[in-house]
Formats: sequence, structure tokens, C-alpha cells
Amino acid sequence: MSRRRRALAAAWLLAGAATVGAAPVAEETVQAIAAQLRCVVCQNLSVADSPSETANQMRGIIRERLARGETPDQVRAYFVERYGTWILLEPPRQGFNLVVWVAPFAALALGLALVAGVMWRWRRASDRSRAAAAPRPVDEAGRERLRRELADLDAR
Amino acid sequence: MTARVALRAGIPLAVVPLLLLLAYGFRTDPRAIPTPLIGKPAAPFSLTTFAGEPVSLDGLRGRVVVLNFWASWCVPACYDEAPVLERGWRAWRDRGVTLVGVNIQDTEDAARQFLARFDHTFPNAPDLGGRVSVDYGVYGVPETFFIDRAGRVRAKHVGAVTDQVFERHVRALAEEPS
Repeated sequence: MSRRRRALAAAWLLAGAATVGAAPVAEETVQAIAAQLRCVVCQNLSVADSPSETANQMRGIIRERLARGETPDQVRAYFVERYGTWILLEPPRQGFNLVVWVAPFAALALGLALVAGVMWRWRRASDRSRAAAAPRPVDEAGRERLRRELADLDAR
Repeated sequence: MTARVALRAGIPLAVVPLLLLLAYGFRTDPRAIPTPLIGKPAAPFSLTTFAGEPVSLDGLRGRVVVLNFWASWCVPACYDEAPVLERGWRAWRDRGVTLVGVNIQDTEDAARQFLARFDHTFPNAPDLGGRVSVDYGVYGVPETFFIDRAGRVRAKHVGAVTDQVFERHVRALAEEPS
């Protein structure tokens, strides 16, 4: 490669990098961040889903910060810094919040254990009652007695 | 039979943590967002007032700043506190205190009518784009921030400011050595 061509290639690379730096912000990225933030005026909607003016402005701020070269994590961190973790629709998995993540699974495991225990007891109880209800084998004396009583009945 | 006794006592007892959680949940106000900004440096802002004058936090360094977020549609809280704010401004403006009104989520006409109605003489500026309100973690109106002479957020009041609230916060900050 001649020196001139190499210089040209470098210029192209630089130009490419410059375009990437000023690339228009992908709307999907804006939406993805907005979907994780709680709309401050509507409580139970995300900033992505809320039609309110505030949410609209917040999406604008997300777009602006991304365009300035901030990463999605930095944009999220900015909102958390201003509003606290309240702004996140998904509570961070730490401290007391872990209850939210752990409790359903713990309850499920406990429930399954309870059902298994109860079923085991029921099964044992029914085995026992079935054993009690099973017909006892008739011995020779019993058979003799039965024959005699039937004959007695016929004789009447 | 101890298992049965444990089960019979355990089922009602299992409700206890649930009740505690519900009691905790119902006692906390879902609208009360704890602000992480207290004690932190107040976000710089520079706005243009409805009168066309520039107003910025940097320009007010060394003064106690009361930053009030309001909207003309905020009934009745913003209407309740409007005379309080004007009174406070008139009483404290010569004692190192500046009041700045930030109008959010509003239309210019309605905002100007509001200012005229209450004869507001302190600087009031629209927050176009909502950057200042997000910088201050504002989630509703009215909200009022009390910023000390060093430019730190020292208190936040949610809802209409009363004379007592204004006096208490402003006096505390104004009496601090700069």
C-alpha cells in the first residue's frame, strides 16, 4: 500500500469514527431506557408508555443525553441520581428489595413442600385403612362353621 | 399429633408477615418520593424569565435561593401558596434571599395570567423541555427547594408552602454564615 493510499485510508477511518460519534440516536435505545423508568406523574406507567407531557420531555432528555455520547447506563444513572431508585420500574436486586425477588420462590417452595407432606400423610393413612379393610383369609375351622350354619339354615 | 398442631397454628400464623407487609405498604405514601438531593450541590440552571431577563443559579451564588416549581393548572395548591411566596419574597429580598419561580408543563398565556393575577414581582421563568425539573427530580407541582448560600439543596417542600414553612426554612438558611 502506498503512503498516499494509507493516508487516505486513515482519513476515511477518522471520518467514519466522527460520523459514528455524531450518529443519530436510535429510537429503540430511547424507548428501551424509557421503558425502565417510572413516569413521575402517572406512577404505574413507564416513561415509554405514558402519553403525558412530562414523559414526553423525559424521553427528550434521554435522547439528548444519548446524542451527547452518554451510554444507556449513564442516562439511567442520571435519573436515579435525581429521583432515587424510585424512578426504576424494576427495583434493584439488593437489600430489602431482595424480598420481592426471593419471597415468591420461597413461598412456592414452601407450598410445594406442604402439599408433598400432606399427600404423603394421606397416602400413608389410606394404605393403613385399606390394609385394615382387606378380607381376612378364612381358615379351615371358619369354613366348617360356615358350612354348618348354611346347612342349618337350609334345614329350616 | 405435634405435626398437626403445628400445622393448625402455622396456617393462621403465616398470615402475620403478610399483614405486616400490607400495614407497611398502606402506611407509606406512594406519592411521597424521598429526594436524594438533600445536602447535594443544587443543579445549575440558567433560564430566561417571562420578563425577558436571564436568571441563573450561578448568578445567585452567595444568596439563599428558594426555587419554586409551579403551574397555572395546579389547583388549588399553587394558588394557595402564590400570595405566601410573594409575601416571603418582599420580606426577605433585602436580607440575602432570592425567590425563583420555575413554571413547568404550562402554556405561556396561562402562566402569564397567573403571574398577573398574583402580582408576582420575583423572577419567574418557564422550564422549556423540562430539563430543570428533571435535574431537581420534580414529580409534581408545587415543589419548593431551599438552597443555601453555598449552593447546596438543604430542604424540599412538597405541596403548598405556608408562611410558617417559608419562614422556618428561609430563616434557618439566611442566618447561617455564608
